Amino acid sequence: MCKCLLVLYLQFYNEQEAKKYSQNSRMIEIQTQMSERAVELLSLPEDQPCYLLDVGCGSGLSGDYLSEAGHYWVGVDISTAMLDRNKTVWFLSEVLWFLCQLELITAQAMKAGFTGGMVVDFSNSSKAKKFFLCLFAGVSGVLPKGLGSESTDRGVSNQAQFTAQRSRFRNMKGKSVKKSKDWIMEKKERRRRQGKDVRADTKYTARHRKPRF
Amino acid sequence: MKLLTHNMLTSHVKGVTKGYPLIIKATEVKVNELEFNAQFVSRMIPKLEWNALIQAAEWLGRSQDLPSTLIPNYENDEEFLHKVHRILLEVEVIEGCLQCPESGREFPISKGVPNMLLIEDE
Repeated sequence: MCKCLLVLYLQFYNEQEAKKYSQNSRMIEIQTQMSERAVELLSLPEDQPCYLLDVGCGSGLSGDYLSEAGHYWVGVDISTAMLDRNKTVWFLSEVLWFLCQLELITAQAMKAGFTGGMVVDFSNSSKAKKFFLCLFAGVSGVLPKGLGSESTDRGVSNQAQFTAQRSRFRNMKGKSVKKSKDWIMEKKERRRRQGKDVRADTKYTARHRKPRF
Repeated sequence: MKLLTHNMLTSHVKGVTKGYPLIIKATEVKVNELEFNAQFVSRMIPKLEWNALIQAAEWLGRSQDLPSTLIPNYENDEEFLHKVHRILLEVEVIEGCLQCPESGREFPISKGVPNMLLIEDE
């Protein structure tokens, strides 16, 4: 029986970024949460140590979580800089280069005979949204429900998620271009949510000011 | 690199059909103690290529205790499980290389990490 779960969180780091990456407490927090959720989605038998493969393991932040959970694991990564911090890993070039595109992976996986689909946690929040591609091989798997949503994506879906926010000129990261009107309005909303004192919106809000302002 | 990992590795050089098991040429080997878990060991044994494990142990000069074929009812033999635990999880190759049995291509092991990356043409 072999279960396979891919967590899409890929980035390539050089030496400096690698150090920054593993020491940054926020990154550590995110990585740990992602690992926890990934292990949850694997629905492993309770209290049984398993042998897991962590593809794109990086410096082993996710691996640390796996060890804490009592599992044995092997990590794979293409980036040497990150691997220095970890022992049981090896490189696998083909797999990782190919993992860069969502549609490509899903299509390839289906072609290869895997069943499964996408689980999306917090699909309504552009910030908290996390994609998990769950693939089952050799077992008929029931796709777990995504967190924080009533309607979940079952089966393969290549549709884009539409958020409630309207935002023109989104850049590559899906965030508004800095200093644009949308960005300013979003920031004011954010601060209101934080309970801070924010000026009311008027027709002058986010109006373009002259350079000497 | 633990021998458990080595048991799962194969050479993926282009055109190679018999890339398993990779020949271990170790220059530095360490033994790092790891907590024994009988359940894990006995569940992993049927998943291993036993012959490849014996061969790997031989290459590291540590095959004395292990039988060349699996004994029946190994799950209850604590001593046997301990021996397997040791060779599988505690013995680590820190420096050396893995050699493809067919093509002869060597994959270096550095700081316990094997580098299986191939250049474009291979």
